Amino acid sequence: MKVLVAVKRVVDYNVKVRPKADGSDVDTANVKMSINPFCEIAVEEAVRLKEKGVVSEIVAVSMGPKQCQEQIRTALALGADRGILVETDAELQPLAVAKCLKAIVEKEEPQLVILGKQSIDGDNNQTGQMLGALTGMGQGTFASEVTVEGEKVKVTREIDGGLQTLELKLPAIVTTDLRLNEPRYASLPNIMKAKKKPLDTTTPDELGVDIAPRTKTLKVEPPAERKAGVKVESVDELVDKLKNEAKVI
Amino acid sequence: MSILVIAEHDNAEIKGATLNTIAAAKAIGDDIHLLVAGANCAAASEAAAKIEGVSKVLVADNAAYEHQLAENVAKLVADLGKDYSHILAPATTTGKNMLPRAAALLDVQPISDIIAVEAADTFKRPIYAGNVIATVQSSDTIKVVTVRATAFDPVAAEGGSAAVESVTIVEDAGVSTFVGEELAASDRPELTSARVIVSGGRGMQSGENFEMLYKLADKLGAAVGASRAAVDAGFVPNDMQVGQTGKIVAPDLYIAVGISGAIQHLAGMKDSKVIVAINKDEEAPIFSVADYGLVDDLFKVIPEFETKL
Ligand SMILES: Cc1cc2nc3c(=O)[nH]c(=O)nc-3n(C[C@H](O)[C@H](O)[C@H](O)COP(=O)(O)OP(=O)(O)OC[C@H]3O[C@@H](n4cnc5c(N)ncnc54)[C@H](O)[C@@H]3O)c2cc1C
Ligand SMILES: Cc1cc2nc3c(=O)[nH]c(=O)nc-3n(C[C@H](O)[C@H](O)[C@H](O)COP(=O)(O)OP(=O)(O)OC[C@H]3O[C@@H](n4cnc5c(N)ncnc54)[C@H](O)[C@@H]3O)c2cc1C
Repeated sequence: MKVLVAVKRVVDYNVKVRPKADGSDVDTANVKMSINPFCEIAVEEAVRLKEKGVVSEIVAVSMGPKQCQEQIRTALALGADRGILVETDAELQPLAVAKCLKAIVEKEEPQLVILGKQSIDGDNNQTGQMLGALTGMGQGTFASEVTVEGEKVKVTREIDGGLQTLELKLPAIVTTDLRLNEPRYASLPNIMKAKKKPLDTTTPDELGVDIAPRTKTLKVEPPAERKAGVKVESVDELVDKLKNEAKVI
Repeated sequence: MSILVIAEHDNAEIKGATLNTIAAAKAIGDDIHLLVAGANCAAASEAAAKIEGVSKVLVADNAAYEHQLAENVAKLVADLGKDYSHILAPATTTGKNMLPRAAALLDVQPISDIIAVEAADTFKRPIYAGNVIATVQSSDTIKVVTVRATAFDPVAAEGGSAAVESVTIVEDAGVSTFVGEELAASDRPELTSARVIVSGGRGMQSGENFEMLYKLADKLGAAVGASRAAVDAGFVPNDMQVGQTGKIVAPDLYIAVGISGAIQHLAGMKDSKVIVAINKDEEAPIFSVADYGLVDDLFKVIPEFETKL
């Protein structure tokens, strides 16, 4: 069966971003960009399913500017077979991303679509669920275990109270949580091979998708800073401070 | 302008985050309806009707909603939500799973995890692991929003007397089934509502060593949390993870033990009122947000701390 994996280009998780001085946007000039960590886990899961013989083809999709090709190449180096870039320089909101993905799902007819549960820039945690609504597919979000069994997929989900297991009819959507797997590193030969794998480009227009934003960011600002505290020398002093100064115990 | 709030519950009780979500709804408008979708959920519905500030409780009591399957509940919420100006749910794993799906059915771009209401169409929300706060305005006719519970003081669970109306719509998409659940059983308070939290990181070295923290927590009436590293290493289960991709907490007192203070961890706890850090590395970034820092070996400090309480 075919798997579609969504990979997003984001500011690397080691970078501490700051708002621009005028508060209009986040300053992302010259910062390191990477594949969203959750999307890397999504690619890894697809590759493992392929290695188990469950999956025959992995298609990696990204939406955004031309540079997203880098993240698609990363996915190809990790084991995806071909890539699709939906190219646009416009800001994409999750609803628009989900609509583009739906158009691609209709063309490619994958049995499984794997996305990250959230991206570490927007932190929205929406796209997979919205794609589920638009395609009518069942969704296994925040997955920590995925098993394909015939016409069904069993998904164990990380929920607030612990773990929940669902069974979904295929085709279905899975969004990855951190403990689903530990992604491999791409080897140099695989990075070289990835350069030759097919990568098609399309646009939201060609897919017939209206990507007009529905929300507007009025301003961005740094969060309230905490005041630096004090170091205590002993447990006695700590207990005393908590009791008599902070009055929290 | 009526607001539909989706209650989080287990068919018997209303979960605390619902009360914080209603508080956010009150900052928007005052005709607040609460949807209780479940199965055999009469007890939860009765409790819902007593919540302060709720004018109507809608009860959808059907087997299709028993386990809060997103496919079914989202359809119900989209059916009912058409008549509202706002739809709100707590930003818990249940709310985050279901609400974006309902929003897409309504062709709405939802707004996740708000921490403040600026106007009926404008909200603040953290992005980039809380390093940046964005003010976002929605142009959709219906605003679909998840609410970060720690940012709003809960309304009272008692004192209201809402009308209860039953909803007969049954949405069963038939694409998903519930197989099972492993819920952590604990006598300690829940992480997201605890007044005090003791949290352990990789520095704890093993699951057995967490016993020290449980003992300390029991003396303090505290919940126990963990860093991702502690969860990944298998010391403790996933529901204990605090951080950008785990639970967001803001207790009166947060005690971080053997946690370095990575931004992804800070994103989940830096709004706590008082933060204590216990770490043997005086350079650990956790000290930059701690009100009280103790630079020492946790294996020495924790047993002593416990006996001195
Ligand atoms: C400061 C700031 C201002 C912004 N302003 C605007 C604005 O004015 N207008 C605007 O339209 N947007 C704006 N954005 C972008 C927007 O907020 C989100 O970052 C973006 O819509 C995607 O949301 P998400 O990635 O958090 O979705 P999530 O739902 O968290 O993503 C989950 C998963 O969906 C998949 N996915 C998501 N996006 C893509 C993609 N492009 N390609 C492939 N897979 C994808 C990935 O698998 C990802 O792991 C702004 C962002 C920031 C940080
Ligand atoms: C996409 C993404 C999402 C993430 N989400 C989260 C999240 O939600 N929550 C989260 O916590 N992390 C998250 N992380 C991981 C985060 O980046 C850190 O790796 C993690 O928080 C580190 O955990 P730690 O502080 O326990 O471990 P470490 O960084 O290894 O720190 C251990 C600390 O213990 C101290 N120590 C060791 N022994 C002792 C001793 N005997 N006495 C006293 N102190 C001692 C050390 O000095 C050190 O400071 C995420 C990462 C990514 C990439």
